[in-house]
Order: sequence, then C-alpha cells, then structure tokens
Amino acid sequence: MKRRRLCRRSVPAVAAWVAAICPAAAEAHLNSTGMGPLYDGSLHFLTSPEDLVSALALGLWAGLRGADHGRRALFVLPSAWLLGGLLGATAAATPDSAVGSSFWLLLLGGLLAADAKVSLRLTTVLAACVGLAHGYANGAGMGAAWDAAGALLGLGAAVFVLVALSAAFATSLRAPWTRIAVRVAGSWIAASGLLLLGWSMRSGWR
Amino acid sequence: MLLALIAWPEHALAHVQTGEAVGFLTGFLHPLSGPDHVLAMLAVGLWGAQLGAPAIWLLPIAFPLVMALGGMLGLVGVPLPGIEYGIAMSALLLGAAVLFEARPPLAVAAALVGFFAIFHGHAHGTELPPGQSALLYSMGFVIATGCLHATGIGIGAVHRWPWGRALLRAAGAGIAAGGVFFLWKALS
Repeated sequence: MKRRRLCRRSVPAVAAWVAAICPAAAEAHLNSTGMGPLYDGSLHFLTSPEDLVSALALGLWAGLRGADHGRRALFVLPSAWLLGGLLGATAAATPDSAVGSSFWLLLLGGLLAADAKVSLRLTTVLAACVGLAHGYANGAGMGAAWDAAGALLGLGAAVFVLVALSAAFATSLRAPWTRIAVRVAGSWIAASGLLLLGWSMRSGWR
Repeated sequence: MLLALIAWPEHALAHVQTGEAVGFLTGFLHPLSGPDHVLAMLAVGLWGAQLGAPAIWLLPIAFPLVMALGGMLGLVGVPLPGIEYGIAMSALLLGAAVLFEARPPLAVAAALVGFFAIFHGHAHGTELPPGQSALLYSMGFVIATGCLHATGIGIGAVHRWPWGRALLRAAGAGIAAGGVFFLWKALS
C-alpha cells in the first residue's frame, strides 16, 4: 500500500525531471520562452556567452575595485545597454560582433587579471562603452524598436542582476587567495578572447 | 519512451560565431586528451606550489594568456618550427625544475613557462576541429588547462611536509621521464 502511494507521488517528480533534462532547440534572436518579450530578452542575455562573460568580467572587476566602483557599474552598464539596444534596434544593418566580442573579452579579462586600479570616472566610461556596444549589437538583431523595447528591458534587467551579484561577490572577498582566484578567472576570460580573435581572423574577420 | 524522449537530438543554433568549433565540452576535453599537455600543465602547477607566492598565482595567470597567443598564431597560420620538440621539452624541463626544486628569479620562471606555453597553444590552436561556437570551445579549452594547473597546485600543497617534498620531487622525476619519452617519440 505504502509502496503504491510512493510510486504515485513520484510520478510528478519523474515528469518534472524529464521535462527539465529533455533537450530543446537552442535558438538565437530571440529565444522564445513563451512568457513574453521581457523573459525572452533575459534568456537571450543568459544564453549569449559573449554578452554574459563581458558583463560578468566588468562586474567582478568593478567589485574588486570597491563598493563605489561596483555601484557605478551596476547602474551605468544596464542603462547604457538599454540605450545601445534602442539605438541598435533602429539601425538598418546588424553589425558583425565576433571581433568586437573578442576585443571586449580581452580588455575586460585583462583588466580583471591585472586587477587594474583606475579612477571612478574611467570605470563609468568603460561601463558605458561596454553597455552601448553590446546593447547596440543586441538591439540590431531584434527588429523594430517598439517590438524590441520589451526584450531590451528584460535584457537590461538580467544585466543588472548579474552585475549586482558579481560586483557584490567580488567586493565581499577579503582573503587574498580569493581575490587571486578571481584574477585567474580574468586571465581565462582574456585568453578566451584572444583565441576568439584568432578564430575570427582565420574565418576572414567574419 | 522516456529514454527516447530524453535522448532525442535537436539542433542548436548560434548566431555570433559560426561554424568553427563544437562547443564547451569538446574544448574542455581537448587538452585532457593529450598526455604531453596534461603532464606539462601539472608540472606548472607543481612548480608554482614549490615556488610559493607570488609564482603560485603568477604562473597560472601567465600561462593561459601566452598559450592563447600561441593558439592565435596557429589559427592565423603563423608557422612555428619544432612544435613537438617544444612540447616534449616543456614536460622534460618543467619536470626537472620540480625534481630539483629549481628556484630561479620570478621573471625567469615566468619566461620559461611562457615560452613553452606558445608551443602548447600553437599545437592545440592548429588542431581544433570544425564545429559551432568558437567562444565556448575556447573557454572550455582555457578552463580545462586552468583546472590542470589547479590540480597541480592542489597536489603541490603537500610541499609543507618533508614526505610531501620527496613525493613532489618524485612526481617531477616522473614528468621529466615522460618528457624524455615524448622527445624520443618526436625524434623517431
């Protein structure tokens, strides 16, 4: 009797497990969550490693520089991303971003690896540039500005959450080895950017 | 039915990087599949642990960057002579450095590790198979190499005990012997 009840209870768990691991098609521009453009935009950011890793590197680096740099990146990056996205959505052509991605990964990973100490103003400028460049590339693939607005809002929210978490994490690090571990991750990001640049050059600056 | 549903393959479409590499897992497994690469990476970690700070973190930061530079050179078609010898010599010399607990100045240690990183990066850069996401492949490749360094550093933590030092030196001897074997294979 008990066993039958246990089996009956486990059916939803098995169904949920199957649903969770069942492979689904991964599509870009835009991934459809079925929950509207806001969530589509968030998912697009979370499934685009070139965007995700750049924002992560900036958040970690700003966090290592201190709470004031982290706070500045937290508000400037998503705002600039949103603005860049809206500008991109009005653009006629989609920019090719493989070389651009490798540049940002190399720069942000390098800054993180070197634990570069810069002024708050420079952090602001850098966050704005990163946001505008990535947002523009995202927005350019989304079609008309009005349709893209919801997706860009979701995308900006995801950027905000990621920068908040990564900057807060890096700011809270006190033990020297933990800061070094974050810097090692920065060197991995820069190295990946360098390899991506090689791939881009090999395929004729596609 | 459940198994069929789980195993059912579907297409994965990407948009920014097209048609160059097969993804994170392939990139991650690639460095692990070459014993010469594995031995040299472990030796970097072991040597870093023996040298202590700041080499323990400087070497694992420098290596991926220079290795990626070597990979980029390979990808754009810049030739590098004697790659197999360079890789074999890396295992031999880095293993010997661990065996003899060599303590050169930090710049010399970093230059030695960086020099060999070019060969490893170039070899793997030209070996990369065609696939889909260049960025994910590159990240997997770099992270796997970093994990090998971390494994070496982790094993090297036994350096604080006398028996641990002897063990590390024995491991260095083993790696150097592996280097001799790879060098012999490259020459024959």
